[in-house]
Amino acid sequence: MKDNSHSEIDVFDACLERNFQDIANPEAAFPMDRRDFVKLLGAGIVILVSIPRLGAQQGGRRRGQQLPDDLNAFLRIGEDGKVTGFTGKIEMGQGIVTSLAQMLAEQLDVELDTVEMVMGDTDRCPWDMGTFGSMTTRFFGPPFRAAAAEAKAVLVELAAERLSVPRDQLRTANGAVHDHAGRSITYGELTKGQRIVRKLDRKAVEDTPSEFTITGKPALRKDAKVKVTGEALYAGDIRRPGMLYASILRPPSHAAKVTRVDTSAARKQEGVHVVEQGDLVAVLHEYPDIAARALKAVKADFDLPESDLNQDTIFEHVLRSSPAGETVAQGGTLAEGEQAAEQVIEATYLDGYVAHAPMEPHTALADVQREKTTIWASTQTPFRLKESAARQLGVLPEKVRVITPFVGGGFGGKTSNRQALEAVRLSKAVGKPVQVAWTRAEEFFYDTFRPAAVVKIKAGTAASGAISFWDYRVYSAGQRGSEQYYDIPHHKTVVYGSGWRAGDGGHPFGTGAWRAPANNTNTFARESHIDMLAARAGLDPIEFRLQNLKDKRMRRVLEAVAEKANWKPVKSPSGRGFGVATGIDAGTYVAHIAEVQVNRRTGKVQVKRVICAQDMGLCVNPAGAELQMEGCVMMGLGYTLTEEIRFTGGAIHDSNFDTYKIPRFSWLPEIETVILDLKEDPAQGGGEPAIICVGAVIANSIFDATGARLFRLPMTPERVKEALSNI
Amino acid sequence: MKETIQFKLNGQAIELSVDPGRQLLWVLRTDLELTGSKYGCGKGLCGACTVLVDKQAVRSCRHSIRSVAGKEVLTIEGLAQKGELNPVQRAFIEHDALQCGFCIPGMVVNAYGVLLNNPRSSSEQVLKQMEVNLCRCAAHKRIVQAIEAAAKEMRGV
Repeated sequence: MKDNSHSEIDVFDACLERNFQDIANPEAAFPMDRRDFVKLLGAGIVILVSIPRLGAQQGGRRRGQQLPDDLNAFLRIGEDGKVTGFTGKIEMGQGIVTSLAQMLAEQLDVELDTVEMVMGDTDRCPWDMGTFGSMTTRFFGPPFRAAAAEAKAVLVELAAERLSVPRDQLRTANGAVHDHAGRSITYGELTKGQRIVRKLDRKAVEDTPSEFTITGKPALRKDAKVKVTGEALYAGDIRRPGMLYASILRPPSHAAKVTRVDTSAARKQEGVHVVEQGDLVAVLHEYPDIAARALKAVKADFDLPESDLNQDTIFEHVLRSSPAGETVAQGGTLAEGEQAAEQVIEATYLDGYVAHAPMEPHTALADVQREKTTIWASTQTPFRLKESAARQLGVLPEKVRVITPFVGGGFGGKTSNRQALEAVRLSKAVGKPVQVAWTRAEEFFYDTFRPAAVVKIKAGTAASGAISFWDYRVYSAGQRGSEQYYDIPHHKTVVYGSGWRAGDGGHPFGTGAWRAPANNTNTFARESHIDMLAARAGLDPIEFRLQNLKDKRMRRVLEAVAEKANWKPVKSPSGRGFGVATGIDAGTYVAHIAEVQVNRRTGKVQVKRVICAQDMGLCVNPAGAELQMEGCVMMGLGYTLTEEIRFTGGAIHDSNFDTYKIPRFSWLPEIETVILDLKEDPAQGGGEPAIICVGAVIANSIFDATGARLFRLPMTPERVKEALSNI
Repeated sequence: MKETIQFKLNGQAIELSVDPGRQLLWVLRTDLELTGSKYGCGKGLCGACTVLVDKQAVRSCRHSIRSVAGKEVLTIEGLAQKGELNPVQRAFIEHDALQCGFCIPGMVVNAYGVLLNNPRSSSEQVLKQMEVNLCRCAAHKRIVQAIEAAAKEMRGV
């Protein structure tokens, strides 16, 4: 408890109030009760760092909420030298449990093994908007690294005082501060027995890419061991004394209205609790399989409106119901460009509804208590859930804690938290902890699908092979990935409807963000069309693209993939079954080359090989990034070849993996990845970009193999056969 | 009506008083608190609930607890011996063969079962039997590499 010229030091317990007052906007940074906060963190040095404008970087604050621009990031160094990083982000397979730990270890100069991450716990972690949009590394990364750099500076100050050595004569390594005389003091020793909070009055110096020893080096997943032994806990694995499992009555269609419910038979069953609250009818039991059995005893009648809208008629409906278009990019005049064109191609591209289908269905356990409600949920948005649950309960957000265990896949589908709010309602109704774990059929029913969408393109090339105009209209997919990046003098991109965001009203059921939302649809259309222009111009598809590209990053990534594939230029269709596609997502540039084999009799497409090159700026964990790229390619084959929700009106016909077919081992192509070495460039997104090209690269490969062009995803055997018959 | 069911679970004899018609998966996950086996589809279509019964891979969501009476059940929790990971588990770690991890217990148990019964299985044979295990994160490439490495080790190559 003293002042010095550089900073203010206080023992955490004694001077808590004063220190918080020293930090800008303390209430916003620490909305919880301060004593709880201290209890949660336990012993060890706590470093609070003022991080400006994280909220703004993440895409702005959410209205009416306590979202400060000066968000605080947390990290803790325990007495044992172990480092804990706190993030509101969650781990759903994308690997940030490892890459964030790498960033922390890098800036603190500790071994990666000593770092643990606490993620998505709303009482222990700083506020976060949600884990989506490939934003963790890009936007949470910089302030997180800055926090670690500042922590190290504080530790050096503490060591300088303890060793009575000026701090510029100290260096840090392996979790300790060393002086020139060979003396050293570990971070654990520095923090021993003390809870210290200190604020630097200067900006800490961060390690630069040339000094990196951990960042940019491949690191195996930190969560691998618990995941291969079954110890890893997901929301459905949490057990609380007295908890009940709920099975909820569901309508047969999104448009159905319940007219009669009879729960009398279920109520007679031993140990079964029944909750009937308006639209929520549930049976609960201490065993989930008995609850599921009891639900079958509930009788209900529904009023079902007639609708003939289905997966084939939806596209006309989408065109009819789309709102007015918004021009998002424009240059030159289309009429002039069309006049200059020698070849003009006009086409319409269709994309059906696609499910997220994470292996872990939506699950949550809610324990509603007067003092504090705790929710364990599989969610990509724990802080949003905290607010929604508080609103539903009519309590202050501080009275709700959301804990996010490992999430078993999300892909954009676990953001609305319906299952958790159901669990909250039921727990309040029965006064016990309640788990809601959706069945696979419920998962398909309430999924917020990638929206059905239409893209219309008219474009042309001059005699030189230069693209002279580009008239692009996308209906219901959304804007992401719609802007083209070729060198085209006359172009216009119009987006009709935000698509995956709520509120368009054109879809008979929920739609939402699906891994690289909108971009899969837009890239399929754009890159298919570019390929047709190339073929019409009689040029190799890579040469044609390079001729029409000035963007340096795109040229570089395209050249990289061509080199890796040992591409020999030839005009398409060549019969080789080779295709190419490029795209930009989340700040990252990608280029793919694929090789396919088409069975002309059955229409079945076997993908033999996919090569993907990626410019993602600084790559924090190359091993993790490769894993994401490979996963993107393989997952993308699903929406490309088989995945499409079939429905009539609001009734979803696919309810499990027997009819909704996702990629399996027998589909696995040879997958090769190239990550451009660009350490000095800012880190960009890694979880989504490599999926956006899969539809187009396979469509272009099918064309190269057969001369048949497909305009609709997925490219099922029937559609391939039909396209073959139209040649 | 509850009945007493006896079986061997991860090497230990156990006796349960349980409704014999209940699903093996849920008895494991709730009564026995072995939550490593996962519910993914409830219809034996995804493989997340795979356990070995008398060394054969079964979908525990499709079997009653009665069906394992007198048999030996091995779950993901029983694979490591005295803290020593099984070769398949080790290989999954070394090859980064997972992402979200939800399908992984089923993958590991199924792969172990195939290799246990026939360590000489070719890669194609193993993968044919892995076809019923789904992974939405699509870590297939690494899983194949991991299984090939584990197979080598189990063959003693």
